Amino acid sequence: MSSVQTKAQKQLAPAMLPWGKWGLRATALLYLGFIVALPLAAIIRNGLADGLSAFRDDVINPTAFAALKLTLIMAAIVTAINAVMGTLTAYVLVRYEFPGRRLFNAIVDMPFAIPTLVTGVMLVALYGPQRTLGAWLAAHGVQVIFATPGILLALLVITYPFVIRTVQPMLMGAERSEEEAAHTIGASKWTTFWRVVLPDISPGVITGSLLSFARALGEFGSIVVVAGNIPGRTLTAPVYIYGQIESQNQRGASAISIVLLALSFSLIVTVEWIQSRSRKSYVSR
Amino acid sequence: MYRVERMIHRRDGEDAEGTNRNASTRSQHSAALDSEKTSLNRSYRRRRSRLIEWALVALVVLYAAGLLVAPLVAIVLGAFAEGVGAVLREITSVDALSSLKLTLIMAIGATVINTAFGVLIAWVLVRDSFWGKRILSGLVDMPFALSPVVAGFMLILLFGRGGWLTSLTDALGIKVVFALPGILLATVFISLPFVIREVMPVLGQVSREQEDAAFTIGASGLQTFWHVTLPAIRWGLFYGVSLTFARAVGEIGAVLVVSGNVSRLTETSTIFIFRSLDDRNYVGANGMAVVLAGISFVILMVIEFLKKRAEES
Repeated sequence: MSSVQTKAQKQLAPAMLPWGKWGLRATALLYLGFIVALPLAAIIRNGLADGLSAFRDDVINPTAFAALKLTLIMAAIVTAINAVMGTLTAYVLVRYEFPGRRLFNAIVDMPFAIPTLVTGVMLVALYGPQRTLGAWLAAHGVQVIFATPGILLALLVITYPFVIRTVQPMLMGAERSEEEAAHTIGASKWTTFWRVVLPDISPGVITGSLLSFARALGEFGSIVVVAGNIPGRTLTAPVYIYGQIESQNQRGASAISIVLLALSFSLIVTVEWIQSRSRKSYVSR
Repeated sequence: MYRVERMIHRRDGEDAEGTNRNASTRSQHSAALDSEKTSLNRSYRRRRSRLIEWALVALVVLYAAGLLVAPLVAIVLGAFAEGVGAVLREITSVDALSSLKLTLIMAIGATVINTAFGVLIAWVLVRDSFWGKRILSGLVDMPFALSPVVAGFMLILLFGRGGWLTSLTDALGIKVVFALPGILLATVFISLPFVIREVMPVLGQVSREQEDAAFTIGASGLQTFWHVTLPAIRWGLFYGVSLTFARAVGEIGAVLVVSGNVSRLTETSTIFIFRSLDDRNYVGANGMAVVLAGISFVILMVIEFLKKRAEES
């Protein structure tokens, strides 16, 4: 039966597929080439147009360098907080039942749906110097808006879902029996989590953290509203690039874009590598 | 709740068994003492783990409430503190309405384009195999990782003055940068990965046998796709489509750079907010922000509904 079927397929397949398959493959390649690869090539070409030393000068220009440094530091802090809070939130969402859990689970996706610029406006509405909370904080010496805490808050909001959404499915798929075994032989909850659960979900934690790092590096909409964009102090790399485009300094904009591009690209490669590795380890198990 | 309680009961049973086994090897007297001690210990441990559980739940819920819900409440209250009339006047102004219209048109256009090409690319990435497929897959993720400002800038370099494709678009008589085609291209770019990444896993689970069967009984490739493959991937597809739409509505960085912020004809709702903030028209900015937040809320409800359906099927 099956041999007949495969024979029929073999007869049919060459008649139908070659054109279709090659056509689809070519369309996908051309489309992605035009929409993604060509623009990337244009920016690299533009940034390196005047040679490597000009590129280096553009990157180590004090304002640009300070913007890059600030962006990296902010992204790193936010990623660390997300790794801890995201894992904890995913754990609570998967393992505990509590009233309002479904609603909470829906709210997690909110930063994906709300425009980042609106997130910025919302944060100003809450922490702005004229608002109750903002004024109270300012009276106690904490400036949030137009300062680095504002940048951190904005980034924490917009990257909130990443770790949760990568860890959640892994926790759901994790073997409960191992955990229970650890518990039965007397391991505390904390030890069980640290020694049994965390190794299982670590690919998810790392992937989610890297994604939120990448997202934090490139964020514009919320930061441009809350940061105040003071060069050397609260100006992040994407806002710096925007400023350079506005003032017609295309090469300077390209140079910092290339640095961000290289960072995002290496993050993507790392994420792909981790994902393919964890997939393989599941198969071999 | 039920599950956690059942778990605790089961664990208690196991604990009791363990103590019994231990006890049998010791003298009667100490065993009695022992079990008394462990039962005290056990109830203490259970109460403590319950306490930790509630503390953890409270911690994550309060964190989310402070981070996500409080700003949302603040902006809704803030917008209406100025008076409902003032807000309504701002968001029904000609500029505001035309920006909303443009946002919706661009978002729908980008969603349609990304849905058609997204399904095609997902199919190629899942079913086809050829040299360089991993590079293609990496390209798909680029818009996720790349700053939207850079995305818009790339389009300026391609289609702006002296760009690689400017002579071509000039010959065709199309103005891309600082015009609507540029905004559409920017929106397509930044929302490109969603449909692909949501369709790929569900497409991977579609049984090849059904497709082969349809094919064997004489259905064309397109018919097979339409009647067999598409129904099987529909929930993943809808989910990807709603994420695409949400992202397209909310885009600012790429669109702002490409539109050049020069003419009100190329002003989307997010650019409207951006310009209102610049003009210190806070009532208008907050009002439009509330409108966009409302749209996101509707999209979020749709996403939740789709997720539930996807889990059921």
